[in-house]
Amino acid sequence: MTALVKQHLIDPAVCIRCNTCEATCPVGAVTHDANNYVVDPEKCGFCMDCVAPCPTGSINHFVMVGKPYSLDDQFSWTDLPPETETPAGDAGVAALEAVDDEAAALLDDAHKGTGGTVRAPASAAQPRINLFGRSNPAEATVAGNFRLTAADASADVRHIILDLGTTPFPVLEGQSIGVVVPGTEANGRPHALRLYSVASPRDGERPNTNNLSLTVKRVVETCGDGSVHRGLASNYLCDLQRGDRVKIVGPFGATFLMPDDPAADIVMICTGTGSAPFRGFTERRRRSMPNAKGRLYLFFGARSPQELPYFGPLQKVPKSLLDQELVFSRLPDRPKEYVQDRMRTRAADLAELLRRDTTHVYVCGLRGMESGVEAAFEQICREHAMSWQDCRTRLRDEGRFHVETY
Amino acid sequence: MNVMNVDYDGLIPNNVGLNQDMRVKKALEKWHPGYINWWHDMGPEGFQQSLVYLRTAVSVDPKGWAKFDYVRMPEYKWGILLAPQVEDRRVPFGAHRGEKAWQEVPGEYRAMLRRLVVIQGDTEPASVEQQRHLGKTAPSLYDMRNLFQVNVEEGRHLWAMVYLLQKYFGADGREEAEALLQRRSGDPDTPRMLGAFNEKTPDWLSFFMFTFFTDRDGKMQLEALAQSGFDPLSRTCRFMLTEEAHHMFVGETGVGRVIERTCAAMKENGIEDPCDIDAIRKLGVIDLPTVQKKLNIHFSLTLDLFGNEISTNAANAFHAGLKGRFREDKLEDDHQLESSTYPVLRLVDGKIVRDETAALSALNMRLRDDYVTDCAAGVSRWNKIIEKYGVPFQLKLPHVAFHRHIGEFSKIKIDTEGNVLSDAEWEKRKDDFLPSSRDRDFIENLMQPEFAPGKFASWIAPPRVGIDNKPGDFEYVKIAE
Repeated sequence: MTALVKQHLIDPAVCIRCNTCEATCPVGAVTHDANNYVVDPEKCGFCMDCVAPCPTGSINHFVMVGKPYSLDDQFSWTDLPPETETPAGDAGVAALEAVDDEAAALLDDAHKGTGGTVRAPASAAQPRINLFGRSNPAEATVAGNFRLTAADASADVRHIILDLGTTPFPVLEGQSIGVVVPGTEANGRPHALRLYSVASPRDGERPNTNNLSLTVKRVVETCGDGSVHRGLASNYLCDLQRGDRVKIVGPFGATFLMPDDPAADIVMICTGTGSAPFRGFTERRRRSMPNAKGRLYLFFGARSPQELPYFGPLQKVPKSLLDQELVFSRLPDRPKEYVQDRMRTRAADLAELLRRDTTHVYVCGLRGMESGVEAAFEQICREHAMSWQDCRTRLRDEGRFHVETY
Repeated sequence: MNVMNVDYDGLIPNNVGLNQDMRVKKALEKWHPGYINWWHDMGPEGFQQSLVYLRTAVSVDPKGWAKFDYVRMPEYKWGILLAPQVEDRRVPFGAHRGEKAWQEVPGEYRAMLRRLVVIQGDTEPASVEQQRHLGKTAPSLYDMRNLFQVNVEEGRHLWAMVYLLQKYFGADGREEAEALLQRRSGDPDTPRMLGAFNEKTPDWLSFFMFTFFTDRDGKMQLEALAQSGFDPLSRTCRFMLTEEAHHMFVGETGVGRVIERTCAAMKENGIEDPCDIDAIRKLGVIDLPTVQKKLNIHFSLTLDLFGNEISTNAANAFHAGLKGRFREDKLEDDHQLESSTYPVLRLVDGKIVRDETAALSALNMRLRDDYVTDCAAGVSRWNKIIEKYGVPFQLKLPHVAFHRHIGEFSKIKIDTEGNVLSDAEWEKRKDDFLPSSRDRDFIENLMQPEFAPGKFASWIAPPRVGIDNKPGDFEYVKIAE
């Protein structure tokens, strides 16, 4: 298979040929004939200047292709080519998670556990990606930084609210942002980008506020030689004070998104800070469709209640909206229990959910959880006369199975 | 202050450093209450307290200029926004071509320039007045929101022109700015300046046709003024064009969705003949021949806005470097037109003939031709929808001489194909070309409101993509009880 390349396309079925993109493009990449407005793959630098001014949304198509479509190809279209399973050779396109190569590589790696080409849920909103890059980051102000874990808990997990002021920074639940840590590496290069899932819903921490929140765990690890490793970005973020300014890039991610369909059942399996996107999902449902037909199912693992982010707030979410399984591995006088164990306890319910066409499954957390979750699904399917392999492939092809691990 | 960002601290949001210009600031603050009164009197009727999901420019930088939020329309941040100044910009055409673009009004062209600004400014509040009754028959909250977005932006365009009048034209400018708030669309005593802006916009199909055809004239005029050697006018119009694109969108997709619903209903009910009007109307959709008649009337009324085919005013404005051609910067000629010619359709001995005319005096004709090409492309996209459903019908722009009240063809009667008709023939056949009273009654009765989120009236299909990526059932307008 040839290496995939990214390409910016305009949807000819939605575009009204108003010329706004051509007038806006700083490098002359947008051009037109009597039929279509098109983007020259040789010239487009993915600066995203054309995205916000477009009145139709037709501009917002960033895809991975085997071979870029030429101007002549694009002039001849009446519709965009369909998304395909594996875009290779001349045909087919797949969703592009990030234009920024560094962010795209991080997300590709995070989504590996899905086991194939991932696509967004059919009813997900169209995401905006890469509106801000390293060369033009957005500047946010820290509006709050709260410790989520108990004062005596070993883990320091924080809820950090970033206010965007008047800068539009549209994110969807499940998307990530990149944090640019000030300073440089020893070799003079800027620090590598770190991605964090957004923990707030699309309309902000409170409805219609232009802010977003992150769930960040301070990384402090004792290494084999006794030295202590302190995560650069996590410590930078956890130490931020209210009023501090932070440079952020993104948003990133075009597949790990929430279905907007109120009939969708959503199974969310996570550990630790992997709960961030699911906080966004839950808040979104609670605010915008509290009487939705579909339900949310949360399997959430931590060492103890004191170390489970959002333990307090979760107690207040109504059961009719969110079916919660909080699982603890370090309770005194109790055997260790992990999310995959609790999934087995709920095997009958999960099997029933996997049979429905409306069910979407999401896994998010440390990479180590993947094998346990996979094994649990395999066992549950086997016991209910299903094949997890087939089921997973079908779910994935239909944009209903998503893994984001790190 | 960074010129890209808009100063929202004062009464009037702006990126023109209003705080450093006390004279203009005071003049605009004095004009402001009159504007708000006008908006309350003549703006959208019945929805002034509703929360509308509107976009507001927070920066003229491409990244920041479309921020969406719920706003009560009278609290919309109308402001003065100019596109960034281009360094060392030159007058791009006319006798002064190549000279430094003017930052102040050149004395010899003052009257001409003021007139151009006033005429453009007069159209902006006019369309708000024409459309003020439409909210109560909106076919969906989505469409209602689009209507109100168009309305507040037309209001902002009025501000844009009023700023130029107040800043550059002294006492005369102040008087003209006041007069813009006094005239009323369709008023017998103090009408708006141009004919099409005194017509009624009685129903939503008319609204969509108006935004497709008449706002597109606005786009052509703004494109021509964006070329102006008077730099503040050029910068103002360039920013307005970005907003105008949304109005084109509302029109093109609005009509497209009407057509789509009609074709789908015909297919669902096994109706093959697009001219079986009674059967189609029974389905609660608008038959394509009636869509064609609406197209005919809006196209022909809009052509009148381009003025006389042969015009010394247009020639003077070009010669002076004040108003250019459509996308002048993309054209390759001498940009002075002193010796070239342009083909113009004229009426000679009762026949329509093509006549080579001095290019300078044919500038209105040229802009109109560019406009017709732009319209034709949109109509062909509507026809693609009809083709997709396999309905044997094609929409067509009528002949440019059809139903004209200004220019060469205003004195004769012509059918949509360009054949000259006698007065008697015209009377007999005009209901074939233009909406009859029966057509109007049918559409009026069809205009029943649909205010449930995610629901659409029977005669229009939902949009393919929501505004600001919102899902289908998004509550675009929270109606105040």
